[in-house]
Amino acid sequence: MALSGIGGRLYRGETSINFIAQRRRWFAISGLLIIISAVALGTQGLKLGIEFKGGSVLTVQSPSVSVAQGQAALKSAGITTESIVQKIGNSKLRLQTTDLPQSTISAARTALASTFSVDPANIDIQTVGPSWGKEITHKAVYALIGFLIVVMLYLAMAFEPKMAISAIIAVIHDVFITVGIYALVGFDVTPATVIGFLTILGYSLYDTVVVFDKVRENTNGITSTARQTYSQAANLALNQTLVRSFNTSLIALLPVASILFVGAGLLGAGTLKDLSLALFIGLATGTYSSIFIATPLLATLREREPAMQALAKRVSTRGVQVEAPVDKNTAGVVTSTHSKESHERGPRNQPKRKPRRR
Amino acid sequence: MSANISKATKKPAKSGRTLAVLLVLFVAFTALAIVQGDTKLKLGLDLRGGTSVTLAPKVANGGKVDKAAVEQAVAIIRQRVNSLGVAESEVSSQSNGDIIVSVPGNSSSRVVDLVGATAQLRFRQVLAVGAGSAATTASLATTSTTKTGTKSTAAPAATFPAGVTMALDTAFKNLDCTKAANRQGGALDDPNQAVVACSLTDTSKYILAPAEVEGSQVSKASAVLDNTNGNGWMVLLNFNGAGTAAFGKMTSRVTSLASPQNQAAIVLDGLVVSAPRINEAINSGSAQISGSFTQTLATDLANKLKYGALPLALSVQEINQVSPTLGADQLHAGLLAGLIGLLLVILYSVLYYRGLGLVSVGSLLVAGSITYLSFLLLGKWIGFTLTLAGIAGAIVSIGITADSFIVYFERLRDEVREGRSLRTAVETGWQRARRTILVADFVSLIAAALLYFFAVGGVRGFAFTLGLTTFVDLIVVFFFTKPFVTVLSRVAFFAEGSNLSGLSAKSLGVVTDSGKDSL
Repeated sequence: MALSGIGGRLYRGETSINFIAQRRRWFAISGLLIIISAVALGTQGLKLGIEFKGGSVLTVQSPSVSVAQGQAALKSAGITTESIVQKIGNSKLRLQTTDLPQSTISAARTALASTFSVDPANIDIQTVGPSWGKEITHKAVYALIGFLIVVMLYLAMAFEPKMAISAIIAVIHDVFITVGIYALVGFDVTPATVIGFLTILGYSLYDTVVVFDKVRENTNGITSTARQTYSQAANLALNQTLVRSFNTSLIALLPVASILFVGAGLLGAGTLKDLSLALFIGLATGTYSSIFIATPLLATLREREPAMQALAKRVSTRGVQVEAPVDKNTAGVVTSTHSKESHERGPRNQPKRKPRRR
Repeated sequence: MSANISKATKKPAKSGRTLAVLLVLFVAFTALAIVQGDTKLKLGLDLRGGTSVTLAPKVANGGKVDKAAVEQAVAIIRQRVNSLGVAESEVSSQSNGDIIVSVPGNSSSRVVDLVGATAQLRFRQVLAVGAGSAATTASLATTSTTKTGTKSTAAPAATFPAGVTMALDTAFKNLDCTKAANRQGGALDDPNQAVVACSLTDTSKYILAPAEVEGSQVSKASAVLDNTNGNGWMVLLNFNGAGTAAFGKMTSRVTSLASPQNQAAIVLDGLVVSAPRINEAINSGSAQISGSFTQTLATDLANKLKYGALPLALSVQEINQVSPTLGADQLHAGLLAGLIGLLLVILYSVLYYRGLGLVSVGSLLVAGSITYLSFLLLGKWIGFTLTLAGIAGAIVSIGITADSFIVYFERLRDEVREGRSLRTAVETGWQRARRTILVADFVSLIAAALLYFFAVGGVRGFAFTLGLTTFVDLIVVFFFTKPFVTVLSRVAFFAEGSNLSGLSAKSLGVVTDSGKDSL
């Protein structure tokens, strides 16, 4: 109930969190995350699954399995190249080899079957040729570019060009940070992960679309009045849709979390885990970006327009609100109560400001 | 409550009609599914166990994949796979030329061996020819020369040199080439052993010497029409260096022998494609095969000679062997994850939206039923199979579907906050929410479509179900949720803003005349 009550107060603007005014802080945070991601990608790189390198994964299920037994079985099959043997749960063993001829893999299967006394037919094998991953990567890149172009055109038509640009930048931001987290933590990247990354695109936009729809409604015919600036109207929209964003994100996250924990818990590594992990991380960044990046970015872009600057001037002379852009070059926003604005750029040069709450 | 709803629907309202139409359509499609007899979901190999192999044609840099060659390869591979005798095996080609082979049931390495082997064309000297079935075949022959071996007499006139053993003769005698099963081909023949084989084109059978020339030693083969000598269609072939020497050696040896040992059998995938008589020693590295060829036969033979067993070189891209045990585990995990996800979403909806949450639960159930029905019907119509990735897509879409309801509910509550009556709010809120839902779902659809076209392998199923469920979401929101809310808005429980309806003044924080609402 309390949360619902907040919804009403946010809607009327009685409770307002000024997301837009503090955009520099959000941009700085995101900038930092992107730098960390870039560094992680550059130094550690992504940990690619066998789909990208070629190789085989054999899975044995037997009441008692041990890593040492598995390694011995591989050795007896004549596999001397680097293999990864992992135990999943109590009764599953996952053995990953490099790209080897089919006959060697068959030998390994026979060896494992006799080691763990199971039917060879019950050993699961996944073999991937070395060129497979290249094709997937190419296609993923095409999909990404195609998606961005199509969606940008669509949003530009359905909304307005600057909204399309902001939304796309927010999406790129999400994918980049998600990939960065993968590099940093060292999660395995498989084709399922790539598909997960690409799905984030649609998800992240869903949230952004909801907020932008409200922004557009609030800013419709805004220049004919002098009640509020574009930033203020956009901020009100953000606050009005805050409960909605929270609920839609949470509800989208619940099933994904369910797949992640059930999938990883029962099956270990595999399609379910890879897909849902990418989605889980992507959804979280997507929610963040639609509130903290997309809309503030949109406001920044729109405030540069002469009409919006004129509006801001009118609003400030009327003294209705306290916020108006004054510096065209930095496109910064100074509030009259905090007129000491540092014009030095870069995240570290920004003074720490307390969030303004009413 | 149900009494109230039925009372409301009795009014000549458009919403009631929409709900009724949806119900009728749903029942009709369910009936269709039952009549067609597809009441069970088609499960992918990763959910029921089996082997799937993805092959990609090897093309020279910048080269194009020849569609016709791919189709021919599919036909040959299908023949090989069918020789396993596993029901519901499938061989299909993708738009990019990839060939996907799936064989359900126990994962066996035989599938991989069969499919992976590409060049199984061999030249073998014919040792004996026989016609017909096992019963009619004349058995062990009389003596004349040679070692312990028996010379097998098959067709009337034949004398045999060494090379035919007792075992071979027995195998030859028992081989019944009138049975279609024995003429599937696809068996892997050992090039270093003498073998028995059926003919590809008729019911005759052969004993063949160890292979002397391999298909890979053929450098060029073409079908030509011989106009000058009136031989009709024939096949010209050229050998590479090693092939020229080997073929020269083979032909010089056999040409002086009696029939049928002066024949060189061209063996493809364990079946004799053709067994031309060698008229002279051919040391030039080029030969011609003539006979009563039609154009199609000549072209086929030329193609087979040229490409070995398959009309193009294939590389194995991915092999997935899933045991039925793991398949069942994956299905189980997928369903469990779906159930838990659904329960969590329902729990949150009801806790947060109270009465409205029930609308969202109802809508989710309707969406779930329509999706399940679509899976059934699409399984029949376009061969849709549900894979693990598909299940993941369906689960993820629970969130997307519920999101649309939330967008509408929040709009509705906003309208009520503006001071509108619930009945008005249901309509004005819808006007605005509809747009948002359309744009958002359309973006999701674009994403799903692009994912589908660019995705490879199993993850395609994810994109497909994601797109399908987004579409179902649109249907449900437009034809179920909205009309249902309209109907409910006439019910006192909601219209009067009961505490549990999710629309009470208190929970919305509506500003009333008595002053501002407090938390």
